[in-house]
Amino acid sequence: MTAAIALLARDVSLAWREGGAIGVALGFYLMVIAIAPFGLGPDLNLLSRTAPGLLWVALLLAALLSADRIFHNDYEDGTLDVLATGPLPLPIVAASKSLAHWITTCVPLALLAPVLGLLLNLSIETIPLLVLAMLAGTPAVSFIAGIGASLTLGLRRSGLLLALLVLPLYVPVLIFGVSTVSAAITGPGSPWPPLMMLCAISLASMILAPLAAAAALRLNLR
Amino acid sequence: MTLSITSLANPTRFLSFAGKVIPWLAALVVILLGAGLYLSFFVAPPDYQQGETVRIMFIHVPAAWLGMFGYMVIALSALGTLIWRHPLADVSAKAAAPIGATFTFLALVTGSLWGKPMWGTYWVWDARLTSMLVLFLLYLGLIALWQAIEEPGRAGRAAAILALVGAINIPIIKFSVDWWNTLHQPASVFRSGGPSIDPALLTPLFVMAAAFTVLFVLLHLMAMRAEILRRRVHALQQSRVAHAALAEA
Repeated sequence: MTAAIALLARDVSLAWREGGAIGVALGFYLMVIAIAPFGLGPDLNLLSRTAPGLLWVALLLAALLSADRIFHNDYEDGTLDVLATGPLPLPIVAASKSLAHWITTCVPLALLAPVLGLLLNLSIETIPLLVLAMLAGTPAVSFIAGIGASLTLGLRRSGLLLALLVLPLYVPVLIFGVSTVSAAITGPGSPWPPLMMLCAISLASMILAPLAAAAALRLNLR
Repeated sequence: MTLSITSLANPTRFLSFAGKVIPWLAALVVILLGAGLYLSFFVAPPDYQQGETVRIMFIHVPAAWLGMFGYMVIALSALGTLIWRHPLADVSAKAAAPIGATFTFLALVTGSLWGKPMWGTYWVWDARLTSMLVLFLLYLGLIALWQAIEEPGRAGRAAAILALVGAINIPIIKFSVDWWNTLHQPASVFRSGGPSIDPALLTPLFVMAAAFTVLFVLLHLMAMRAEILRRRVHALQQSRVAHAALAEA
């Protein structure tokens, strides 16, 4: 357990001190949301209706930008081989790296979302719910991205391939994430059932995805 | 010689088995498909609501079934690769992917052709259509992963992991898409259940389903045979290159 926490702390501080990746993801998120109105037109009603969907889709894309880095650096310099032969079970290694991705990428993106929501005329009352939904749903995003990252480890154009493999698996997260927010804006129904589903998907992927990621890592480390 | 999954693990034995079975299956496909198409287009009466467009269903429904069947074949083969290390399991999965993707694509195209006169538009984000589209995207991801990894054994195992992840996700995707659609679309637009199908329409449907299933098996066996031979050619080429390099040195 302490080893897993130490690994997590190392990955988080590495990502933090490198700095670049987080900034690029946040900049990308801002950019996508900033150009969306040019495509949709400046109608504030239309923007506020499409805001939950736009914010979620852009968040998924921004989170995937750095997803191929989850294992990449440790794979290149051999750290991953050491970890694989060490006492820590490989699924725990995969889980802690996915969790580090969540902390360093998805949480900042979710915290930026309210500001971008204002640009899209999202009503102030729904913003806490938006952030809550994003914090509840993005663990699934990071952990499923971990599967994709381990499968495409060491391949050419791994980032693009990763997006192709993983994006269809995000459909449930997207649906329940957007439902939570739009239920609060327009109805019908209460935002809590989709939020609960979002939590369920995240919890299930936190348990299951590291097993798949570890199997793929073992395959690529041989 | 008793035939079983284990005895067919030997590629040579599999090739001779496939060689014997393929002509018979091909004949069966021709007969069933001929009969099915004749029944669908000349015998079956037009539907009282849908008119002649109901005939699209005889292609569309079996194609959709086999699109899903194809993913099941891949998922079972993935278990074969990861658990039993069956040497032909990854060949089977790799061979099934383009066939399943094609049937899924066929189901999508015929579905949208049917949708134009019925719904007035080629595409609606109906729950079933959307699930099939996501299935098609999953197929594309699998095929892309096979293309990206050069070494066949590694590619097979990576694709097997992805196929199982997809297999776990498909019911969740299906459920969430149903939820999403009922939330956004009033159910009245689409026929829920629809008119119960008359036997006059059901018979051609089942003949076509049988024809498509045999066609799938036939194409699958042929693709597996082609894949095994391709790997042998590849191995021969590599050993020839190695010999040439040794001779020069």
